[in-house]
Amino acid sequence: MDFALILGNALGEIVSPITAAYALGALGLAVHFGYSGLLNFGQAGFMAVGAYGFAISTLTFNAPLPLAVLSAIVCSVVFALLLGIPTLRLRADYLAIVTIAAAEIVRYVVTTNSLTRVTGSANGLANFERGFYALNPFSSGTYNLGPLRFNDRTLWVTVVAWSVVLLCALAVWLLMRSPWGRILKGIREDEDAVRSLGKNVFVYKMQALVIGGIFGSLAGILFTLPTGAVQPANYGTELTFFLWTALLLGGMATVFGSVIGAMIFWVVLSLTQGLLVGLIQAGIVTFLSPAQAGQLRYILVGVALMLLMVFRPQGILGNKKELAFS
Amino acid sequence: MGATAPTLEVHTVSHAHSLTRWGILGALMLAMLASLLALAPAANALPAAASVPAAATQASTQELAIRGTIRHAQEPLQGVRITATGDGFTGESITDENGRWEIIVPVKAQYTVELDTSTLPEEAPLAEGQQNPRTVTFGNTSNVGVIFQVGEVAAGGGATFLDTLAERALAGLSFGLLLALAAVGLSLIFGTTGLTNFAHGEMVTFGAVAAFGLAATGMPVWLALGIAVLLGGALGYAQDWGLWRPLRRRGSALVPMMIVSIGLALAMRYVIQFFFGGSTRQLPGAQSPVIEFGTVAITRNNLTSLIISAVVITLLGILLLKTRFGKATRAVADNPALASASGIDVDAVIRMVWVAGGMLAALGGILWAYYRPGASFNMGQQILLLIFAGVTLGGLGTVFGALVGSILVGLMVEISTIWLEADLKYVGALFVMIAVLLFRPQGILGRKERVG
Repeated sequence: MDFALILGNALGEIVSPITAAYALGALGLAVHFGYSGLLNFGQAGFMAVGAYGFAISTLTFNAPLPLAVLSAIVCSVVFALLLGIPTLRLRADYLAIVTIAAAEIVRYVVTTNSLTRVTGSANGLANFERGFYALNPFSSGTYNLGPLRFNDRTLWVTVVAWSVVLLCALAVWLLMRSPWGRILKGIREDEDAVRSLGKNVFVYKMQALVIGGIFGSLAGILFTLPTGAVQPANYGTELTFFLWTALLLGGMATVFGSVIGAMIFWVVLSLTQGLLVGLIQAGIVTFLSPAQAGQLRYILVGVALMLLMVFRPQGILGNKKELAFS
Repeated sequence: MGATAPTLEVHTVSHAHSLTRWGILGALMLAMLASLLALAPAANALPAAASVPAAATQASTQELAIRGTIRHAQEPLQGVRITATGDGFTGESITDENGRWEIIVPVKAQYTVELDTSTLPEEAPLAEGQQNPRTVTFGNTSNVGVIFQVGEVAAGGGATFLDTLAERALAGLSFGLLLALAAVGLSLIFGTTGLTNFAHGEMVTFGAVAAFGLAATGMPVWLALGIAVLLGGALGYAQDWGLWRPLRRRGSALVPMMIVSIGLALAMRYVIQFFFGGSTRQLPGAQSPVIEFGTVAITRNNLTSLIISAVVITLLGILLLKTRFGKATRAVADNPALASASGIDVDAVIRMVWVAGGMLAALGGILWAYYRPGASFNMGQQILLLIFAGVTLGGLGTVFGALVGSILVGLMVEISTIWLEADLKYVGALFVMIAVLLFRPQGILGRKERVG
C-alpha cells in the first residue's frame, strides 16, 4: 500500500476546484441557514441552474464567457425569486420541502428526453469550457507546488476557483458585519422582534435567498469547469446533503466554516477511500469489494451528519450561541 | 439559549446514554440487514455493476450514432432494415434479436432515416402518423435516438381519449394508494412528534429489500411479504427507541431533528446499497397478466396492490376513528401536553405510531417494488418527494388529508403521462404541490392556522 500516494491524493483534495465548488455551495447555505435561518434543501438545484445556465448560454446561444456567467447568475436569481415568493412567509419546514422539490424539478427537466437538443438529457453537455481556458495566462507545462503537481489547465482552474471562493467569503464577511447582516441575524433569532422594528422581514429573507443562490450557481459553474462537462445525475438531493454536511462540519454561522468543512469532507472521503482500497488490494481486508468501500464512506457521511447535529451542532468553528435553532 | 449549568450536566449524561443506544441501534439494524441479505444468494454478486454504465457511455462518446429499438406489443422485432443518408454518407442497420439498431455516422449533420417497411412483419405495419422517412439532426450529444412505432394501436392511437384516461386513472389510483400507505405513516409521525422524517423513503426501501431477502430463502411469497412488513414495524420501533425518543427527551428542536433524519436517510440508503448492491432485482411474481374490464386494462399486480392498500387504509381509518388507541393518537396529534395531562401515555402512543408507520412504509415499499417493477437501494428516495407532496397537499399532520393528497398525486402522475413524456411525470405533481402551498398553505384538508 502506497501511503505517500494516498496522502498525496488527500492533500490534493484540499486545493482541488471541486472542494472549492463545495465550499462555495456551502457558503451559500451558510448565508441561507446559518445567518438567516432559511432551510434550503435545494442548493443542488441552484448549482444545476448555474451549471446549465452557463453551459446552455455558451453552447446554444454562443455567448462569450462573461455573458454566460452573467446569464447563469440571472437564472439563479430568477429561480430564487420563484422559490421565495410562495414560501418565505411560511414555516421553515415548508421552505425545506419546496426547495428540495424545486431542485428535483430542475433535475427532471434537464434530464428529460424531450429537451435533448438543449440540455443533452441524461448525457448532459460538454465542450463549453473553451472560453474559460482561452483566458489561461499560464504557459503550458507542469508546475510543482510542494507535493502538489499541476498542469497549466488545472493550475488555472484551481487559482480561479479559490479566488472566487475568497472573494465570496470576503463579501459574506463584510455583509454580515454591516447593519444589513445584523438585521438578518435578528430575523434568525426572532422574526417578530425585527418586524416590530419596522423592517420588512420578507424582503430581507428574499435578499438572503438570492445571495446564497448566486453563490450556489457560481459553485455549479466551478463544479463543471475541471472536466468541462455537466451531467444531471450529479445534481441530485445527495449533493445538497453533502453540502449540508460540509457546512455543519465547519460551522453554519461562520465565514470560513464552509471552506474548512468542505476541505475536511473531501480529505476524509479521499483518505478512507485510499486506505480501504489499499487494504483490499493488499489482501488485508477481504470482506469488502472496492465498490462497497465507496458505499462505506457515504454511510460514514450519514452517521457523521447525525452525530454532528446531535453532539456539536455549532460545528468546528462555530459558536453555540449563533445557532439558527436553540 | 440560556442553557444553565444543571442542564449541561444532564446533557453530558444523556450523551453517554444515547451513544450506547446508538451503538445498539446501529448494530441491530446492521445485523437485521446483513442476516436478511446474506440469505439471498445473489445479493452480493454484482457490487460493481453501478460503475459499468458510466464507463460504457464514456467510451461510446467517441463515435456518433443514430440508434433506436423497434418493438411490437412489447416484443422486439428482428430483421427490420433501416437506412440513414446525409452529407454524402449512406449507412444501414438491421435490428438484432433485441430489436435494436444502430448506424454509426462520420459527422454531425442532418440525416434522413428511413425504415424499409417491406422488412416489417405483416401483423406489425408502421403505426399511423409515423413519419417515414424522417429527418434527424444531431444536438450537443453524440447520439440521436429515433423511435419508429409499429402496430395498429401504438401509443393509444386507436383507443379513444376516454379509454386512455380511464386506464391511466386506474393505474394512478393504484399508485396513489400505495403512496398513501407511506404518506399516512409519515403524516401520523409528523402529527404526533412534529418530525419531518426524511428517512421515511428508506423505510419504504427497507420493506421491499427485506421482502426480497426473505423470498430468496425459498419461503412462500405471502409469508416473506408478511414478515417483511413486521420487520418494517420493528425498524420503526427500533428507530424510535434508539434515536428519536432520546432526542425528544433532550428537547431537541424540530429543525435539528429534521437534519438528523437526513443523516439517517443517507446512512440507511448506503447501508442497504452496501448489502444489496446497486442493481434492481425483481420480487417473485413481478410479471403478471393483464386483466381487462371492457376497454380498460390493468395488470393483476396493480389491481391486487390497489385492493390491498384500500383495505389496509380502511382498516387504519376504522382503527383511528373507533378505537381507544385511535382516539388517543388523535389527541396526541392535537395537543400532546393536554393529552398527557388527561392521562394518555404520550410515549406509548408515539411508539405505536412509529411501529404502524414502519409497517405501512414497508408494505408501501413492497407494493412500490411491484409497481415499478423491481427493488433497488434508491427506490424509496425516488418517491419520498411524492410522499411529501401527498402529505403537504392534504395538509401536514392530517391523516385523511394525506390519503386524499396521495391519491391526487398518484392520479396526477399517471394521467400527466398522456401529454407529458414519461420521464417528466413526477414534475407535474411536485409543481402542483408548490402551487398549492402558494394559495392554501394548510393543504386541502388542513386546519387553518398560522403557518408563517
